[in-house]
Amino acid sequence: MKALCWNGINDLRVERVPDPSILNPGDAIVRVTMSSVCGSDLHLLDGYVPTMKAGDIIGHEFMGEVVEVGPGVKKLVKGDRVVVGSVLGCGGCEFCQTDQWSLCDNSNPNPEILEKAYGYSGAGIFGYSHAFGGYAGSHAEYIRVPYADNGAFKVPEGVTDDAAVFTSDAFPTGFMAADMCGIEPGDTVVVWGAGGVGQMAMQSAWLLGAGRVIAIDRFRDRLAKAKQFAKAETLNYEEVDILEALKEMTGGRGPDRCIDAVGMEAHTTGVEQYYDKAKQTLRLQTGRPAVLRQAIMACRKGGTVSIVGVYGGLLDKFPMGAAMNKALTLRMGQMFAQKYIPQLLDRVAAGEVDPSYMLTHKWGLDHSPEGYKMFKEKTDDCMRVVFTP
Amino acid sequence: MDTYKSKMSDVLDTQHILPPATGSSHMNVGTTERIASVVGGALMAYYGLRKPNFGGLILAAAGGALLYRGSTGYCPMNSMVGRDTADEQDISIDITRSLTINRPRSEVYQFWRQLENLPQFMQHLQDVRQQGPKRSHWVARIPKGVGTVEWDADVVQEETDTLIAWRSLPGSDVDNAGEVRFMDAPAERGTVVQATISYRPPAGAVGGQLAKLLNPAFEQMVKNDLHRFKQLMETGEVTTTEGQPAGAR
Repeated sequence: MKALCWNGINDLRVERVPDPSILNPGDAIVRVTMSSVCGSDLHLLDGYVPTMKAGDIIGHEFMGEVVEVGPGVKKLVKGDRVVVGSVLGCGGCEFCQTDQWSLCDNSNPNPEILEKAYGYSGAGIFGYSHAFGGYAGSHAEYIRVPYADNGAFKVPEGVTDDAAVFTSDAFPTGFMAADMCGIEPGDTVVVWGAGGVGQMAMQSAWLLGAGRVIAIDRFRDRLAKAKQFAKAETLNYEEVDILEALKEMTGGRGPDRCIDAVGMEAHTTGVEQYYDKAKQTLRLQTGRPAVLRQAIMACRKGGTVSIVGVYGGLLDKFPMGAAMNKALTLRMGQMFAQKYIPQLLDRVAAGEVDPSYMLTHKWGLDHSPEGYKMFKEKTDDCMRVVFTP
Repeated sequence: MDTYKSKMSDVLDTQHILPPATGSSHMNVGTTERIASVVGGALMAYYGLRKPNFGGLILAAAGGALLYRGSTGYCPMNSMVGRDTADEQDISIDITRSLTINRPRSEVYQFWRQLENLPQFMQHLQDVRQQGPKRSHWVARIPKGVGTVEWDADVVQEETDTLIAWRSLPGSDVDNAGEVRFMDAPAERGTVVQATISYRPPAGAVGGQLAKLLNPAFEQMVKNDLHRFKQLMETGEVTTTEGQPAGAR
């Protein structure tokens, strides 16, 4: 089959690889019908996620049709149209059973890498480096889905592929970001990053009772979409002082809940950007935490900062004093796909949210390297490129 | 690890089931003799290998045997004639690792007590065969496909749902022992499994250095095996990506 393989920093190639097969009783093979790019893939492309190997198939946000199931699979049959969560959960460990699926004890076959880096290992993730399990990703014609009974969900009739594909990762991640905020009715929620996850976080904030949603980005088309589809007020950080603007917009009180939907390659203005970029390039820090710093500074006393943008290692100039002395609550984590996907599919089916507006480009797998280039450089108002293998 | 005085087995107050000291783990060659053996053996092997004939081969083989004698501190010949020129202590390495498994204690214990199940999650074990209520025969693969080693072991202590301990019989390829404890995890989180696996590396200073080199790998092996045990108990399968597709490496 054809697959998009990582071969080094900014070196993606479409290659011929063997078809996947059932390796464990709980596996299913899914013929991929749609597979989306994700902002977190850009960290792989830029070389900020170690333990990638040449030849690794990337991609983790996808849907498709079940074509084969292992003898242990009970809930799925051949022909099912499914969306699959990007994070794998075994279903049997303490963490899966308490609905904290991305903390799964068992789905990462290489736990020793993250045990060294983080103390304990979390779940495996499709197409996201060997530290996260080394699973072959979804930018391919077929994919093996381990623990398929837990991770693959049948898509209700009437939900289009264009909408369903984003319930694999962007929507549950955005929803979890808003859920972790502990939004109280009328709260002001600020979302840094108006890409796929940010858009979904804004939509979710409304669903969970926000009184006001503010989006921050620098790309006009993304802010325009946040305004049009997520009914957000928008701020362009290249045009205004964000801290000042947020304080004034909230009557000097500050926003209640702040969401970082950007992560380790945050972009900012002025000296801070050059400082962080230089330190990251020299590997003196592994992330550029401009958004996180700003969110902590902007947040009102006693508020919540919720982090779903991805970080890998160590940060510099982290404003711990502000977080401590303002009694902030910091919540964070890779998303609990299996917890959120069923209810989000229901919400999409009920017409509460339609994520399909994020799909700006639909291309064949042959053009996937160009697709990533466009997504990375954000040309042609690109929000999400989805491949149809 | 060796910068700390306390062994983890002391912290957890597990017993030390010491492997017997036999074979290459027991030193019977003194230091001076060992240095002479290494130097002489290396020279013989070097000159032997430079001569492309049968005599050269014999010389190299004899050199190799001396090298082995010198580096391990164990001489089969000494052993046969009862000669012992060593005054150093045998060492035993033990690795203790704990994991919490989200299954009832009796189920976890039963699975382990069926020693024939061990190769399902102990990667280097090829086969374990129960030969009696206490006695079992073990076959392990040497990494990199070099071959196998075999030994017999006896269960030396057992308490249903609580403890299993075993020890290899004297004269094994690898002197080793193990002890596994099973305890209820707090708040009904399943079973805490504490495994202490010990073995004797080739003895003496050279052996000690070798053990230092091998130890991290051995420790990682014990950890990985326990992870696989947990996967098997909690999900019924061992998590893997082996055999999945990839592009040109």
